[in-house]
Amino acid sequence: MALSFSDEAMQKIAAARSRYPNAQAACLPVLHIAQAEFGYLPDEVIELVSNTLELPVAHVHGVVTFYTMFRRRRQPVGENLLMVCTNISCMLRGGYRVLDRISQKLGIQVDETTPDKKFTLIEEECLAACADAPAVICGPRYFLRLDTDEKVDRMLQELATHPEPEY
Amino acid sequence: MPADRSTKIVSRNFGVEGANTIDGALSCGAYGVVPKALGMERAAIIEEVKKSNLRGRGGAGFPTGLKWTFVPKGEDAYLVVNADESEPATCKDREIIYWDPHLLIEGVIIGSYALGSPHSYIYIRGEMIREARVLQRAVDEAYARGFLGKPLACKGGTFTTELTVHRGAGAYICGEETSLLNSLEGKRGWPRVKPPFPAVKGLFGKPTIVNNVETIANLPSIIDKGGQWFAELGMGRSGGTRLICVSGHVNRPGVYELPMQTTMREIIEDVCGGMLDGRKLKGVIPGGSSVPVVTPDEIDVPIEADALANSELIKPVEVRPGVNFDMGGGKILRSQAGSGGMVVMDETTDMVAVCARLMRFYAHESCGQCTPCREGTGWLARVATRMAQGHGRPGDTELCASIANGIAGNTICPLGDAAAWPMLGFLTKFRADFEARENRKVVAMPEPRV
Repeated sequence: MALSFSDEAMQKIAAARSRYPNAQAACLPVLHIAQAEFGYLPDEVIELVSNTLELPVAHVHGVVTFYTMFRRRRQPVGENLLMVCTNISCMLRGGYRVLDRISQKLGIQVDETTPDKKFTLIEEECLAACADAPAVICGPRYFLRLDTDEKVDRMLQELATHPEPEY
Repeated sequence: MPADRSTKIVSRNFGVEGANTIDGALSCGAYGVVPKALGMERAAIIEEVKKSNLRGRGGAGFPTGLKWTFVPKGEDAYLVVNADESEPATCKDREIIYWDPHLLIEGVIIGSYALGSPHSYIYIRGEMIREARVLQRAVDEAYARGFLGKPLACKGGTFTTELTVHRGAGAYICGEETSLLNSLEGKRGWPRVKPPFPAVKGLFGKPTIVNNVETIANLPSIIDKGGQWFAELGMGRSGGTRLICVSGHVNRPGVYELPMQTTMREIIEDVCGGMLDGRKLKGVIPGGSSVPVVTPDEIDVPIEADALANSELIKPVEVRPGVNFDMGGGKILRSQAGSGGMVVMDETTDMVAVCARLMRFYAHESCGQCTPCREGTGWLARVATRMAQGHGRPGDTELCASIANGIAGNTICPLGDAAAWPMLGFLTKFRADFEARENRKVVAMPEPRV
């Protein structure tokens, strides 16, 4: 059976669509809705979005692959998507130490997901939390001034029991 | 009267719990300036903004009022707020959105009315998931209370502001205004060739003004107290105050609203409580990662745009020792106020590693449209990284300078310059550090690493 959006997603899409003078402009919002619904954006979802908005598949594909937050990978991400900043402000205050500690504690490398699907680790560019470096974002939550291993460990413990999904 | 450190315009509600909800905001006076603004002629608002010497806070520092006058006479323009804050070391717009979204929305109402915007958009960076939620809630509240989406009485009739929060999806380039417009139109975020400028042909082919969050958040105060008042707070051709985001090796990093006259030394020694662990200063990036670094003997310069660009205290950036870099038309480059993201680096900092990390960033973020940037940033990242990691080759310093000089000025958008300028800046101010890495002697992986 062909893939389809849930009724709730369709309502959100209609609401998003109404905010723009043409369908193409709703492309990013609808891709966010699609990613929230399906976890990632494989070919079938791209086709669904292109049919929904009546846009060429090639256009939607081009958009998806341009932006880093849209995920093409077949494996949906873990419940917690850990975005670790290693850009200069965080780097100066130990951003790589945070990245290494997380990697060691979870037993995964950057761009990998733990076997229990609880965590995916990615290295991010500047998260606009420079004054509170080093910083990690997980969904809507910020973990700031992670200047000790203990703080990093506590963050992972909290997220293991209270996940912070992106959508 | 010039601003002092107690002057708070855009940061007055930072840290005030509840100010980001409608009731909290209203009790702090939010939307209080809307009736006055809507009682003015549209042209009078633009005039007031011109008089205020408000300059764009996103990085370029272009006079806002002047930008507004580029809209063809008699035409309405879309207002688009650039909340795609992604310039490394910049973290001020996020604070405004989180603590005071209603101040931003009030600014949007004023700006939309002045420009006759049929529908305004706030383009918020995709990674700012929390801020997007806070902002969306604030917009919903403003709709529910009738500040948005409902005709409000204005000079000679009524005006309705429509406002949509549009989330990006991870692309630094979308902070560049024409790229942002393409992204808002549902395309890949490729910058457009200018002219036509957005003020003439922008969003959906219509005249469009793109302004930064902090710029728009200043509008309510300018209309409330007058352009003259705002201009006098500032310094020279820059009105108002400035949010400075201080990060790196200081005791009290933070986002501070400061008078334009404040020097980098005052910020480090006074505002931020001095250097971390009492170590010595090695370098400062004054205004976000894309501006040239300065050395400890160059920090007695105010953070104001013209001062950083023209002060003779700051040595010009060079393409090779003794030969100044030419920005075009013989204009020399010292440093810039940029986005207000100030990075303070102490004597333990490996400048080659910092530079390499930055070059990796630009290579990652180049959109791939222009060859000099697409290829050049990749090469800069590779050469700077191998130098940082102890695999430098003879001539690498010169190679970096030559690649950077080949990018600068040869691309559609400023990302090329944004990579080339800091590269040349690091080479000018810390050349010996780079030359020492030219020999293929493997040094221990520095901490922080690249």
